Amino acid sequence: MSSLRARKVAQGGAFSLIWLAAALSVGIMLLVVGYVVVRGLSHITLEFFTTPPRGGLSGEGGISSTIVATIYLVISTIVFATPLGVGAGIFLVEYADNFRSRFARRLVSAARFGVETLAGVPSIIFGLFGYALFVTAMHFGFSILSAALAGACLVIPVIIRTTEEALKSVPDSYREASLALGAGRWETIWKVVLPSSVSGISSGLILSAGRIVSETAIFYVTLGGSYRTPTSIMSSGRTMALHVYYLAMETRAFDKALATGAVLVVLIIMINLVINLISRRLSAGTGRR
Amino acid sequence: MSETRMCTSEYSLSYGDFKALNSITIDIPTNRITAIIGPSGCGKSTFLRSFNRMNELIPCVSTEGSVMLDGEDIFEKDVVELRKKVGMVFQRPNPFPKSIFDNVAYGPRIHGIRERTRLAAIVESSLKAAALWGEVRDNLGKSGLALSGGQQQRLCIARALAVEPEVILMDEPASALDPVATLKIEELMEQLKKDYTIVIVTHNMQQAARVSDLTAFMLTDENRAGNLIEFGPTRDIFTTPGDKRTEDYISGRFG
Repeated sequence: MSSLRARKVAQGGAFSLIWLAAALSVGIMLLVVGYVVVRGLSHITLEFFTTPPRGGLSGEGGISSTIVATIYLVISTIVFATPLGVGAGIFLVEYADNFRSRFARRLVSAARFGVETLAGVPSIIFGLFGYALFVTAMHFGFSILSAALAGACLVIPVIIRTTEEALKSVPDSYREASLALGAGRWETIWKVVLPSSVSGISSGLILSAGRIVSETAIFYVTLGGSYRTPTSIMSSGRTMALHVYYLAMETRAFDKALATGAVLVVLIIMINLVINLISRRLSAGTGRR
Repeated sequence: MSETRMCTSEYSLSYGDFKALNSITIDIPTNRITAIIGPSGCGKSTFLRSFNRMNELIPCVSTEGSVMLDGEDIFEKDVVELRKKVGMVFQRPNPFPKSIFDNVAYGPRIHGIRERTRLAAIVESSLKAAALWGEVRDNLGKSGLALSGGQQQRLCIARALAVEPEVILMDEPASALDPVATLKIEELMEQLKKDYTIVIVTHNMQQAARVSDLTAFMLTDENRAGNLIEFGPTRDIFTTPGDKRTEDYISGRFG
């Protein structure tokens, strides 16, 4: 009987610890988000969104040009990264295992290892690489182009992995059915496999967009920091995350940094909601309705 | 006996060093249902998949001997052309996550038919031939996955018929279905054999006895390679088997 009591006590203790851990992590998150939003909120006005920063030590002005730069950068990064990332994912899932020669198989496993490694490389390393290659050697300077190419290197592993996961979730029976009807491999991928995995792939792309919005270090060394509104892909610029960094470190307008941060946090939350929505539709789509 | 549609001659298949099929010679006659029976792992599905070269999807497969369709070596034919003529229905119903119409139209579209009216005609005739038209005619835009298991399997048969094959391979087409749906598939096969040559792999000996004209019995040898033990008219195989092993299997002594 006493052993039963001991077990109940142990169970109760374990439960309290687990609850405590869960409550703490949620609490910390709420604290951070709450602090940023509450302190930043007082500065968020319509004007804050529509005027560009004016520069200088006092950090006057709003964030309009940084919003534009962020949008430009996200779009151009996704444009560069999507064909490569999705293409590599398709290759690794649909084609890579069909090679017979040992050499080709070695290359494929090296590529797989490469993708895994790249996914774990700190973003500043991609920044340094982008600085050396795109900014300096290729003379793109501090520009949206340099930053987008470096950013593409950063998110390609993410896109490859989510594409692989999405493709693997398509049952092989679909592929067999298509091939047995006389379709070629590519026709099968294009007409059956990709349509069934499009939501998985697009949530990977949105995840990457979120990554671009929130990264700082990599763009510090590739995008420059001009607070003017970028006019072309060769313009320097400042994303919102970068603007937070500049405001906090080089001006006295710490509250404006928090305000910009609040906008960023809300944006990231919205991106995550969209991903949730898409993946819920994904799981509904593969099941039987 | 009608003319031969497909035949294999001393056909063997290996996965790497492992021999899965050992020197099989068989003639599949036109407009007949040929059943391949045998215990699990005897290579019947692998053998069936040899007729439309589906085994090639597995990397380390190698074959010897020949498989012929209408007197032509299938390994020298274009694989797209072959699979157009030799359709397949799988063990589990596997409609695409597309509408009923698009499922059936998939094959014809692949093979270059674009006109909507022609596609509509093919879809209708294929669904009629698969005895599904009456149940889905008003819902052709509905997802194929929304159908019941038996309907899904008939949809898959319609999809195979839509490319106008000569031969239909069926890999345990009713094993995932309930008895009523199974009966419908069996009745359908009886209808289809007027226009098509059917080869069916089945676990279910009663099913083989009910639907097939000819039966092939396969068994693994001491090296676990699949061998054809006996092949002949179904009635003979089930009443007066020539081989002791066939008799043991169909009388339920093993397998």
